[in-house]
Amino acid sequence: MRHAQGEGIGISVPRLEDDRYLRGKGEFIADIRLPGMRDLAFVRSPVAHARIRAVRKPPGGEAAVFIAADLTGVQPIVAMSGLPGFKPSVQPVLADSKVRHVGEAIAVCVADSRAAAEDLAASVAVDFDELPAVVDMRSALTSETRLHEHWDDNVFLETFVEVASERFARPAPIVVRRRLRTARQCMSPLEGRGVVATWDRRLEQLLVYTSTQLPHIVRTGLAGCLGLDQGRIRIVAPDVGGGFGYKGILLPEEVCAGWLARQLGHPVRWIEDRREQLTGNANCREHDYDITVHAEADGTLIGIDAEAVVDAGAYSAYPFSACLEAAQVASILPGPYVMEAYRCRTFSAATNKPPILPYRGVARAGVCFALEVTLDAVARQAGLEPHEVRLRNLVPADAMPFDNITAKHFDSGDYPECLRRVVRAIDIPAVRRRQVEMTGVLRIGVGCTIFCEQAAHGTSVYAGWGIPMVPGFEQAVARMTPDGGLELRVGIQSHGQGLETTLAQVAHEVLGIPLSAIRVVHGDTALTPYSTGTWGSRCMVMAGGAVGTACRELAERIASIGAHLLQAPVEAVRVGGAMVTGPAGSVPIAEVARTWYLRPQDLPNDVAPGGLEVTAGYKTLRDSGTFSYAAHAAVVSVDTELGDIRILDYAICEDGGTLVNPMIVDGQVIGGTAQGIGTALYEQMPFDDAGQPLGSTLADYLLPGATEVPEPRIEHMATPSPLSMFGQKGIGEGGAIGPPAAIANAVNDAMAPLGVELTELPITPRRVLAALLARAER
Amino acid sequence: MKAAPFEHARPANVADAISLLAAQAGTARVLAGGQSLGPMLNLRLTQPRLLVQVDRLPELAGVAIDAEALTIGACVTHAAIADGRAPDIGGNVLARVADNIAYRAVRNRGTMGGSLCHADPAADWVTVLTALDAVAVLQGPAGARSIRVAEFVQGAFRTALLPSEILCAVRVPRLPADARWGYVKACRKPGDFAHAMAAVVLTAHSRRVVIGALGGKPLVLQGEAASFDGATRALQAMDGLDQVQRHMQLATVRRALAEADA
Repeated sequence: MRHAQGEGIGISVPRLEDDRYLRGKGEFIADIRLPGMRDLAFVRSPVAHARIRAVRKPPGGEAAVFIAADLTGVQPIVAMSGLPGFKPSVQPVLADSKVRHVGEAIAVCVADSRAAAEDLAASVAVDFDELPAVVDMRSALTSETRLHEHWDDNVFLETFVEVASERFARPAPIVVRRRLRTARQCMSPLEGRGVVATWDRRLEQLLVYTSTQLPHIVRTGLAGCLGLDQGRIRIVAPDVGGGFGYKGILLPEEVCAGWLARQLGHPVRWIEDRREQLTGNANCREHDYDITVHAEADGTLIGIDAEAVVDAGAYSAYPFSACLEAAQVASILPGPYVMEAYRCRTFSAATNKPPILPYRGVARAGVCFALEVTLDAVARQAGLEPHEVRLRNLVPADAMPFDNITAKHFDSGDYPECLRRVVRAIDIPAVRRRQVEMTGVLRIGVGCTIFCEQAAHGTSVYAGWGIPMVPGFEQAVARMTPDGGLELRVGIQSHGQGLETTLAQVAHEVLGIPLSAIRVVHGDTALTPYSTGTWGSRCMVMAGGAVGTACRELAERIASIGAHLLQAPVEAVRVGGAMVTGPAGSVPIAEVARTWYLRPQDLPNDVAPGGLEVTAGYKTLRDSGTFSYAAHAAVVSVDTELGDIRILDYAICEDGGTLVNPMIVDGQVIGGTAQGIGTALYEQMPFDDAGQPLGSTLADYLLPGATEVPEPRIEHMATPSPLSMFGQKGIGEGGAIGPPAAIANAVNDAMAPLGVELTELPITPRRVLAALLARAER
Repeated sequence: MKAAPFEHARPANVADAISLLAAQAGTARVLAGGQSLGPMLNLRLTQPRLLVQVDRLPELAGVAIDAEALTIGACVTHAAIADGRAPDIGGNVLARVADNIAYRAVRNRGTMGGSLCHADPAADWVTVLTALDAVAVLQGPAGARSIRVAEFVQGAFRTALLPSEILCAVRVPRLPADARWGYVKACRKPGDFAHAMAAVVLTAHSRRVVIGALGGKPLVLQGEAASFDGATRALQAMDGLDQVQRHMQLATVRRALAEADA
């Protein structure tokens, strides 16, 4: 690991943005007040699948209620994929002839307050002809009911991958087959979505404030829907209170608000409430696996043979599409392991539920759970400790870099060592000793998992998916201000990751300018270069690399001016520590800036004519992504009378390469782990047979809180990535990936003596008891 | 999630509050701590024309103990009880139960009377006050009346309260010196609604087991029936419970009995 002094890479600098956040002085979407602004409320479908016969506006309220037919010139949202056989859906901004999920917007009402807009919305009447709802993803595959009438089934995309699958025909000493299921979850950032839109008459430009992770992508998508030139739209992401993927989507509400602001001539805003988020908007994660692992008697993997269905919901969301999740399942199911054979078929099923959206650890949390729970069953059959089976099959350190069976390029690391460290930290022998004594109502168990996380996906990876968004060179602007300050402009959006701090640390590493003189500007299409935004654990690698590149180019210009001021040849000076240093003296960078901006008469015309403002683009050395990895281990207790599960200990060993700010990395790991605990034990949005979501508040949809999240013990390995500028790897999502597998394995370890295995998430008290009671009846 | 329009009144005393309720013919609701009514208003699950706010009325905030019972004003908060601001009736039972209601932010505003009037089947007070054989003191246009909590709670979110009556206080009998009690609830996390609960009060002369969170009014078992076997029989005879619910309820009964015996 690099060692830097002060404020550069590797230092746990306190987060610069926290000053305004902790004092309540940030500006979030609902803090924005524009003169004349009015509130929007949507009329949303109470039914999952129906034809709309009529929408009747309230008498007297016609001018303040807008339906699909009113939105002249507005195009529906269509998120294509180039994968063969993909069927795109047409998602109307307001439902016209049909509704396909509860919560789908049908009309939008404008009033002086949200409460008054809701009053208006309650007075809009909609006549439906109800249709049978397609609710379960497996039955969707064979259902006669069609969500999208012109399709011949309910499948967005079917994919198939096979490598040496003839091997599965030969008998293997161990063959373990499992059916596993993960829940439909609702991403729940503290701040929901929201949008404020206004038409700027002077610039003839639509100004849209929106709580988004991808301002530039929202602009592209919005321009398409509204039929506006992209230059006529400016997107500003204010302070964003958490995203996790939920804000990486073009919203029908954004399109409506944009259209209304232009039509009505006054600003409008929509602030999502928790009921809209839970019942109609924030769906993610629901997978179903039929997985068979073939192994030798000693646990050595032969291969994985699997079928997976992802419940993609009703529409293909823009830009990530309805296929990203299932297609990724097929490519990442082999995990960090070596095997000779692989076969996987996936279906992205269309159902009458809200569209599935990419949530932190996209596809990975489910994949890791499915494979790792099955591997524990292999270990039990082989009579080995689960970690021993894993050690037998992990890619060894001396094989790195390694191209795995689905052609993923693992760039660096020591996976076995990572697992060994977490196994040591959790102390498996101690748990085994306690298990001998604890044979009563309370049982304990230990479980572990290891996974890798592809981050900073590059051009070729996304060009392969063929979705509306492909990341190219990531850009950054670095510019000096006349007083010697440094301004960094990036097209990504920091929504809790601390990028205002870490990107400044990168610039400090290159130029030595103190953090107090560096400002990071982000989240505004008018002020920042184009970027696909913040997703896929990419920012520290890509925006970090772009800032590093821009600062290095800026350093060259600073050097040439500094050399002139020092009267030294440019080859003889170097830039660092906020100074330009030559053979016989040095000059502060601040003085260089002052000279270029304020005393140009002191410089000849051939010195740095491009000025102290640089836009630079950056790609990693190859665009297959960095691979961070982590092992998680948990000790749990299971109350076999009430089904309660308690996490007694939780250990993590993680390799994020060079850590730019270790404190922020810990924060990412802990936050992700909390969400993973939610996936494992609490979060589930059930639907009834008619497609009604059965939770509408946080009393029904349980999130883990302070009393449910233990303090994980975190150990770091720091194997620099050979692909990124400073050796950093993306680690934003890993925390959320491991807990379902580690906790499920620990529960199953505790339950094994009772002959019970849990294979469905979340592991609720009811599921634990149902399994125990079913076992008792056998 | 904004409430439908409503009028708001803050009467000066209970008599005025009752007059306001009486004048509204069932379209008014009494607002105490608002910990359940607030969300219900915002979700538009209830749309009263008038909210009558009573949480600051001194008549509803008193606490007094005599030889037989503790009288707690309906608007005394869970937090006040948890903090020991009501004298102990024995075994410190009320403070210990109050201290585990939801979490502190809810306890700071939520009131004992509000909880009883809301009559959520999973509420702590509904089950515990039934087990303690407490009495609800009501006041209406025709005067005051008292009714045992076991009869006051009639079902899920249903009480014996008439539209123009107010619950003013709860009288909780002192526990005899030999009394033992146990209370166990099962919920997935602090603040979550309980999915099983049982309260047990045993004295030399009486046994009472009360099972809550059944989706309706609590199940009261007395005398011989107030035992694990009695609870097993009673729950088996009950409709609408599946095997898992029955198992969880019985586990809370077993543990509450064990607590009382300990």
